[in-house]
Amino acid sequence: MTAALLSREGRSPVTVVASAATVVVLLAVLPYLLAPYQILLLTYGLVMAIAALGFNLLLGYTGLLSFGHSAFFGVGAYAVAFMVKYLDLTSMELFIVGAIVASALVTALFGLVCVRYTRIFFSILTLALSQVLWSLAFKFFWVTGGTDGLRVPTPTLLGVSIGAGQDKMTFLAHRYYYYVLVIFLAAVGVMWVIVHSPFGKALQAIRDNETRAEFVGVQVWHYRWIAFLISGVFTGLAGALWVPLNGLTTPDILLWTFSGEIVFFTVLGGFGTFAGPIVGAIVFNYLKTFAVGYTVYWQMFLGVVLVLLVLGLPTGIVGTAIRVWGKGRKAA
Amino acid sequence: MGILLIHILNALLYASVLFLIAGGLSLIYGVMRIVNLAHGNLYAIGAYVTAWVVGQWLVGAPTVVLYLLIPAGALAAAATGAIIEPTLLRPFYTRAEEYQLLVTFGLLMILEDVVRFIWGPYPLSASVLWSELGSIAIGDALYPTYNLLVIAVGGLAAAFLWMFVYRTRFGVVLRAASQDMRMAAALGINVNRVYVQAFTLGCFMAGLGGAIIVPSQSAVLGMSVDALILAFIVVVIGGLGSLEGALVGALVVGVVREAGIALFPEIELALLYLIAATVLLVRPAGLFGRTA
Repeated sequence: MTAALLSREGRSPVTVVASAATVVVLLAVLPYLLAPYQILLLTYGLVMAIAALGFNLLLGYTGLLSFGHSAFFGVGAYAVAFMVKYLDLTSMELFIVGAIVASALVTALFGLVCVRYTRIFFSILTLALSQVLWSLAFKFFWVTGGTDGLRVPTPTLLGVSIGAGQDKMTFLAHRYYYYVLVIFLAAVGVMWVIVHSPFGKALQAIRDNETRAEFVGVQVWHYRWIAFLISGVFTGLAGALWVPLNGLTTPDILLWTFSGEIVFFTVLGGFGTFAGPIVGAIVFNYLKTFAVGYTVYWQMFLGVVLVLLVLGLPTGIVGTAIRVWGKGRKAA
Repeated sequence: MGILLIHILNALLYASVLFLIAGGLSLIYGVMRIVNLAHGNLYAIGAYVTAWVVGQWLVGAPTVVLYLLIPAGALAAAATGAIIEPTLLRPFYTRAEEYQLLVTFGLLMILEDVVRFIWGPYPLSASVLWSELGSIAIGDALYPTYNLLVIAVGGLAAAFLWMFVYRTRFGVVLRAASQDMRMAAALGINVNRVYVQAFTLGCFMAGLGGAIIVPSQSAVLGMSVDALILAFIVVVIGGLGSLEGALVGALVVGVVREAGIALFPEIELALLYLIAATVLLVRPAGLFGRTA
């Protein structure tokens, strides 16, 4: 992957488009090159990347560290599970619409409360509110299934259901992968437009200097709230796409430690860049799967990675890559 | 009447342990401006070490000795803190808050597995200390005597800490460093030493919380995260950085938990978070906090 795609400022438009196209083509042909299991992992990675994109609109572009994004992911996931359980729906498109509406409502409400604060208070407030949802999902077991969670069967994609006798793994690693890929690309496109729009620039102005932004006429509170809303909806969408992959939703995805994972992979990729969270989410997913399969002490492994990362590579994978690439070009 | 008294005692029991955990968290934030997400793990270390010493290593030793060894967990937690602060946290004081939260989150993951690695996945119990003391009659109900001991330790710890912070020279230095670190350093206070002492003291308190509660419960994996969440609620209600706040917050949470478990078990936790969120909205710095 070339650094042109990765840098925040962007190089010439031609290089950006060319390298983006390369990546898209690569993602499109991968199911023919890799084993289904690898594709399944990649699907998980793409779903998490959508959540990370949304999260980074707050952290990277608006300068707000949320420790409660598990709430919006969980709302998306539980919205789908409720639609299956209470409305007997199977259409993935309806699931997505339902999840977006549900997460938009919850985010709008949480946002009204949270964006009045910044820094550590914002982090703690988002954490506290997300844990309200977690404890409700945990305790109201007759509605949410409690720790047993709620099962979500294979959905129909664009009205087509999984063929009788077709292997679920093949379905997930092929048709569902492409489904997620298309939504992922759409999400990337939308987010790209948002952060490069005047609105996105205003958010960055707020991040860099709130007072000055206010003096130029930016309604700080209002902009933060909208950023919060968009961020939560992206994460809710990711939650909806995640449920069919997992087949089950449990209160664990609402727990604040999952919010910590979202922060983790955004920082792993580098929150100062547009592509950082995407790369971070995919890499983190492989890293976690590898660590969980390799040792029962996977948490320690991830913890050490995180500590070393913030100590040594605070700009993340992509930020570091850009720096190294830039040095290399200067030297050449 | 007896039932009401037992509910009050239970609320005080929760509050005592919570004050020890949250007081440590708050002390550390007050002095160092760091929210330590791994604080619950130090509570767990306190519980595990005491349970291991009492329930496995010295099992069968005279009971008096075992009672005297309860603080072993607190000392272990303090020692862990004394190692962590200079090595892991010190590089982060000058960096953005995000990185401080992240490094303690990494620490949480590491310590969680260190405990699993040393003591295995099964619960560790020190219940001999709990059953040995028997129970006393309150009204027509029986109440475990050991719980009264826990409440007493919690109360003593609060009094001792107050004396320590407001009546000793070390307390003055501590408060000076938390008010204005640069000014304190300019006046010849070794701020690095104050930081490591404050962090160790905070960890000691969390460890003591774990150590005194473990005989009546047991040490289990996951106890750290549960404790941290409750401690968070306490400090949010009381105000990050304020010891009085931690005391009041612990009492509020203790009473709401006890009432919640008896009256509305489903929304007990949700109610606690809502109280915390409401306090943040009305007074962002908490009931006793100072705005930074």
